[in-house]
Amino acid sequence: MGKVSKSPWLLHYDGSSCNGCDIEVLACLTPVYDAERLGVMNTGDPMQADILVITGGINSQNQATVKQLYDQMADPKVVVAIGVCACTGGVFKECYNILGGVDTTIPVDVYVPGCAARPQAIIDGIIKGVEIYNERAAKLESKGGNQ
Amino acid sequence: MAVIPFLIIFPLVISLIMYCTRVNKVRNLIAYISSVVIMASVLVLVVLWCKKGMEPITLYYETEVVDKVILLAEFLLMIIVTYLSFKYKRAWVSLLSICPTLLIAYYELFGPERQQFAGHIYIDHLSILMCIIVGLIGGLIVIYAVGYMHGYHHSPHHSNVEDRRYYFFSLLFIFLGAMFGFVLSENLLWIDFFWEMTSICSFLLIGYTREPEAIKNSFRALWMNLLGGCALAIAIVYFGTKLGCVDLHMLVSTAILGSKPASLAVSLIAIAALTKAAQLPFSTWLIGAMVAPTPSSALLHSATMVKAGIYILLRLAPAMSETQTGTMIALVGGFTFLLTSFMAIAQSDGKKVLAFSTISNLGLMVACAGVGTPETVWAAIFLMMFHAISKSLLFQDVGATENALGSRDVEDMHGLLYMLPKLAIFMFIGIAGMFLAPFGMLISKWAALKASVDERNIILVFFIIFGSATTSFYWTKWMGKIISHSHLNGRQIKDKTKKNEMISLTIHAVLMIALCALFPLLSEVFVNPLVNQMFGSSQNVLSDKILFTLIIIILVVFAVPFLAYQSGKHQTQELKLSYMNGVNTGDNRAFTDSFGEDKTLWLSNFYFHKIIGSRKLMFPSQILTLAVIIVMMCMIIGGALL
Amino acid sequence: MIKVILTICYILLAPLIGGLLDGLDRKISARMQRRVGPPLLQPFYDVSKLLRKKPTAVANSQNFLLISYMVLMILTGAFFFAGTDLLMCFFVMSTAATFLYFAGVVTSSPYASIGAQRELLAMMVYEPAVLFSCVGFYLATGSFNVSEIAMSNKSAIIYLPGFFVAFVFILTIKMRKSPFDLATSHHPNQEIVKGITTDIGTRNLAIFTITEWYENVFLMAVVGLFIANKNLISIIGAVIVILLVYFLEILIDNTSARVKWQTMLKTTWIVTILFAGVNLIILMIVK
Repeated sequence: MGKVSKSPWLLHYDGSSCNGCDIEVLACLTPVYDAERLGVMNTGDPMQADILVITGGINSQNQATVKQLYDQMADPKVVVAIGVCACTGGVFKECYNILGGVDTTIPVDVYVPGCAARPQAIIDGIIKGVEIYNERAAKLESKGGNQ
Repeated sequence: MAVIPFLIIFPLVISLIMYCTRVNKVRNLIAYISSVVIMASVLVLVVLWCKKGMEPITLYYETEVVDKVILLAEFLLMIIVTYLSFKYKRAWVSLLSICPTLLIAYYELFGPERQQFAGHIYIDHLSILMCIIVGLIGGLIVIYAVGYMHGYHHSPHHSNVEDRRYYFFSLLFIFLGAMFGFVLSENLLWIDFFWEMTSICSFLLIGYTREPEAIKNSFRALWMNLLGGCALAIAIVYFGTKLGCVDLHMLVSTAILGSKPASLAVSLIAIAALTKAAQLPFSTWLIGAMVAPTPSSALLHSATMVKAGIYILLRLAPAMSETQTGTMIALVGGFTFLLTSFMAIAQSDGKKVLAFSTISNLGLMVACAGVGTPETVWAAIFLMMFHAISKSLLFQDVGATENALGSRDVEDMHGLLYMLPKLAIFMFIGIAGMFLAPFGMLISKWAALKASVDERNIILVFFIIFGSATTSFYWTKWMGKIISHSHLNGRQIKDKTKKNEMISLTIHAVLMIALCALFPLLSEVFVNPLVNQMFGSSQNVLSDKILFTLIIIILVVFAVPFLAYQSGKHQTQELKLSYMNGVNTGDNRAFTDSFGEDKTLWLSNFYFHKIIGSRKLMFPSQILTLAVIIVMMCMIIGGALL
Repeated sequence: MIKVILTICYILLAPLIGGLLDGLDRKISARMQRRVGPPLLQPFYDVSKLLRKKPTAVANSQNFLLISYMVLMILTGAFFFAGTDLLMCFFVMSTAATFLYFAGVVTSSPYASIGAQRELLAMMVYEPAVLFSCVGFYLATGSFNVSEIAMSNKSAIIYLPGFFVAFVFILTIKMRKSPFDLATSHHPNQEIVKGITTDIGTRNLAIFTITEWYENVFLMAVVGLFIANKNLISIIGAVIVILLVYFLEILIDNTSARVKWQTMLKTTWIVTILFAGVNLIILMIVK
């Protein structure tokens, strides 16, 4: 196994998206793409998740919620922004209530652009996220070793 | 053996002194001293009896004067009941007292010559055990009551109740005396007298507050218990006139030999015991008795008085095995065990849960006695010991919690461990003793199950299996409530528990744990000889190997959480907010609702009161058990008379 | 001697077997859904990942309650393989389950609490069938002792077909499989999030998962006990039956939707009474 995490568990959060990306995220779990072959599981519970997958931009109402969900995840953790809205705010960027992309609220590690992002791209993004996750895990472990 | 009359008479004298002492401090002092004296004299009795080789002892063959005094006292009781039932316009209740008293008096004065085979007092393992339960638990409850009643009359909830503590304590002591008399007597006439005395004591204690509900419930308790008294009186007189003696052991041994009058008397006495042990259909009196102040609930309605019913059933157990009476008692007991444990699930009032679970556990003991084999009696005796201690502990604890919390609702005990840590821990121990493996109750349930399978008693097996599932449900959810994180966010509540209450609670908790740890020993030294004496043979229901394995489990169950807790204390783990869809407001007690406002969280247990509430189940099950009793009694009476 | 070896084997190997069974479960489930599915060793990857994460909790007490749950569950299985009393095994198991309930309610969090309440209800629902099975074994072989039951002349299932049905039925509850996964909702994104395990993450979740493996191995061993007899060949039969039962559970899991607790209570108790109860009555008359 080494340091390669083979079981990235996701927490999928839908910001103010048009739901297009959400459908694509769920499509990843269907037989065609079958993300579970990579060990991916959609947990729906921040306590158990490793990767926060966010679709849609951040608005003034969901900002606190996203922040809390991110806080509830245990270290190491990775954020993957799916779709152009999550990356920058997208077409909603100029709306009165939109603050912008996810990085306005929490640090984002992987940006997966697209409108909507394709499942292949999403899976690719998650794999990128896993690499970052592994780096952080290694860092955390060496830090723990130093103590 | 002068300690025996002392045990019976001393509480009565103290009760008189209590009644006359109106200065609280003096009376409290007397209460402390005399309860210690009672406990000490029980100890003396046990030591004396052990010195004589733990053999059964009979005493007092010539007791003409005492007989007359008892007869007079019986008339006194009758007058009290008659007066009170006329005063509260329930004249018909007095009939239930007048008839048996006159019957007994007629038989005693003008009946046929009685032969005296044994003494009037009989001491063996079972009566010693009962004495220990009554003396120890009763004494502790008296100590607890001193503190509790002080808090009771100084709390704003009971400001309208007249302070009649002198009366309360005097009744407690009369009751203790009566219980000692009851468990030590061999003569059925004496037993009848003490039986009536406990009934009337409980009646007066339930009506202590003189509120309309209390009076209503007290009369319900009275007539049900007196009805049992009637059955007892009829049984005694019938047996006495037919066979010319009124000894309990004579009754049992003739019934075993197949004497028809004796068997009929046994079944009548068994019915009487059902009323005292609050089995269906007579259960409602015990539920109603919960209006009384907590010490009396603990003393009368859980730890000791209801045990009188079990005591007499255990005495009769050899005579009931494989008879119609035994079947009837086992059926009623098993049914009560299952049904009242259902009803207990639907209760959220702590004392009601305790009341229903008391009835339920008594049901199991009654069923064990009804099956009447050495194994089941072994189980019933352990059940009785565990039940007495843990129920007394729980009742006192709920009472103390109520004084501090202002509520005895289980829902309000959410997070009790953080609000009233000491009381919560005691409550935890008490509940654990009631059902959790490897504690005592479970062992007894296990033995009962095994014995009833051996007896091929299918119905009882069904009742025990389903009843044990439902029993764990209501206890576990109560335990869960106690340890949940508090709704009040760590705010401590002032513990108003008095020192004397604490002493009693602590001793109970220690006893509970000691009983769990020592019970293989207890089984070897005490319970096996007891069963042996009763049946002439005994065998361990659970082999020694199992008993010792259980000790290991006890250690593991205690040690594992403790060690895990100790080792985990130094480990750092990051604390997170609990999951509330990301809208936790930050203290785990509230969330932001869809209007952007804070909404406080309130968690509640499952109760299903609309499906299995006592309102829904009580009446049908009463009818059913009544039908069973009537049908079986018709068969028994028919069989005896033909 | 053989008992000691078996017990040690259980303590050491049960997580391996349990994990493999779990992996098999996920693989077969995936194939039933025409997916490739995760690797067979996926459950081990999951647990090792969970153990490497920085420990978190909602309440500090969760950890020691879950450890108690695990130790008691190991004890349950150890007693079983040591050949002691079957009833005692199940009583210890119910104590273990009580600790899980405590770990669920201790945080006072809404989803974990409702999951815990349902778990408690499930305990009440499956306990009669479990106790009936013990009674059945006792009647069939004359002993509650696992070693004596396993060494009886004939397989217990000859006398206990009804008990077997009832026991397999409650296995679905016990293994937290759909349609009776009310307490944990192991398929994600459902009405009570993760039920009793909602507030359990990282190290605590790893403990919970490993305990489930121990539990599953123990339960499967009880299934095997129905088949096992003096003849050593019966062990092969037992293994086959265990695998069949396990496959059946996966099939049920994948083909049914979660039911309400009322339905669970009613169906389970009806099945218990109808199969185990009737079997018991017949057995009591015959034997």
